[in-house]
Amino acid sequence: MNDIIKNSLLFISLILIQIIVLNNILFLGYINPLLYILFIIVFPLRRDRGLLLILSFLLGLIIDFFLDSGGTNAAATVGIAYLRLPLLKALMRKSEIDFPVFKVSKLPFTTLIYFIAILTFTHHLILFSIEYFKFSEITIILSRTILTSIFTIILIIFSLLLMNKSKS
Amino acid sequence: MQQIISFIIKYKYFLFFLLLETLALTFTIQSHSFHKSKFVNSANIFTGGIYKRINNFKEYTNLRIHNNQLLEENVRLKNRLSKQFIDSTSNSISVNDSVKYLQKYSYTPGKIINNQYHKKYNYLTLNKGIIDGVKPDQGVVNSNGIIGITNTISNNYATVLSILNENSKINVKLLNSLHYGTLIWDGKDYNVLQLDDLPIQANIKKGDTIITGGKSTIFPEGIPVGSIIDIFKENNSYKSINIKLFNDMSAIGPVNIITNFDKEEINQLEENLN
Repeated sequence: MNDIIKNSLLFISLILIQIIVLNNILFLGYINPLLYILFIIVFPLRRDRGLLLILSFLLGLIIDFFLDSGGTNAAATVGIAYLRLPLLKALMRKSEIDFPVFKVSKLPFTTLIYFIAILTFTHHLILFSIEYFKFSEITIILSRTILTSIFTIILIIFSLLLMNKSKS
Repeated sequence: MQQIISFIIKYKYFLFFLLLETLALTFTIQSHSFHKSKFVNSANIFTGGIYKRINNFKEYTNLRIHNNQLLEENVRLKNRLSKQFIDSTSNSISVNDSVKYLQKYSYTPGKIINNQYHKKYNYLTLNKGIIDGVKPDQGVVNSNGIIGITNTISNNYATVLSILNENSKINVKLLNSLHYGTLIWDGKDYNVLQLDDLPIQANIKKGDTIITGGKSTIFPEGIPVGSIIDIFKENNSYKSINIKLFNDMSAIGPVNIITNFDKEEINQLEENLN
């Protein structure tokens, strides 16, 4: 029960932070960090992956509603939500994960960084590829992906540190 | 049959994933096609309401700029009025029969509550909707020039297809000749737009002013747009012409929505041709 309240609070507050603060940053004229994918990174791991897929679709779609961007954010978030479990298994070199006790923040630091970086990069790459959808603009897609990823990754790590500090 | 069911159970997450992705891509494709009622837009009561709250705070940071813009517009309009006073004193006064001169356009005030200019397909959100008489395909301007065309409408809000959108095509012409062209955007710099389809006979140079053409039923003729900054020629035709906007698209607040009273009549007439 506690878990449900905590995660729904996170869901709502991430959307509000993204809409009110982060979409107005426009560093260098076009870079907006996309912190809301933090939800997919910290969502508790379960054997049943259907719930995460639905929630991430809703999360992306709500962001799309605010940005008038059709379904680009929804497509990207669903993509990384599906990718999360196989990626974790590959990074930890384990075929089975102890679901009830597993926590992302308890991962070794380098593994955690790899995990966050790969998910963020994949998300941004899907997002900008669908938004531009032209092979001739591959340089813009890549440069936007890399620059935005750097900012998102830094923000995600900082917020993870903050969340763990407030708990202990 | 059993094999199909076991296949579905085995790959249920993958199939579910594919379903959601298809749904998301459908929304994306729908949003890129112009002139279609869209499901995902920011003109609904929820997103519009939140943007209105945010804008209530953000407005204060731009008050100085907006005040200056309004002041300049007032000066321009007053100068135009004072010219007419001189005319009427030097000539004999004639009374115009007001019935003969029908009003063609009317302006509704509004406010942009959400602004975008860093993407390839930019949309703005406007705080006026069906209740205020706004319809799709109306022009939106401010004192410095054109901003966009209304797109999807809800009861209290509307989205505006910005001129900074690759789907946007607006009929413009040169101030000092009658040659027409199309205003488009290549998605790079939000201050620089492109002029397309201009015939080579048009004699242009840097600094020439571009105004709206008035060929469509959306914008009246003569609204300032921008000035030419670069001209590229190729094979005796204009390859591309860059235009710098008079408007600063990163800071827009108060706007006017244009209603054209002759629109239905003109559209009906043109439909009968086809």
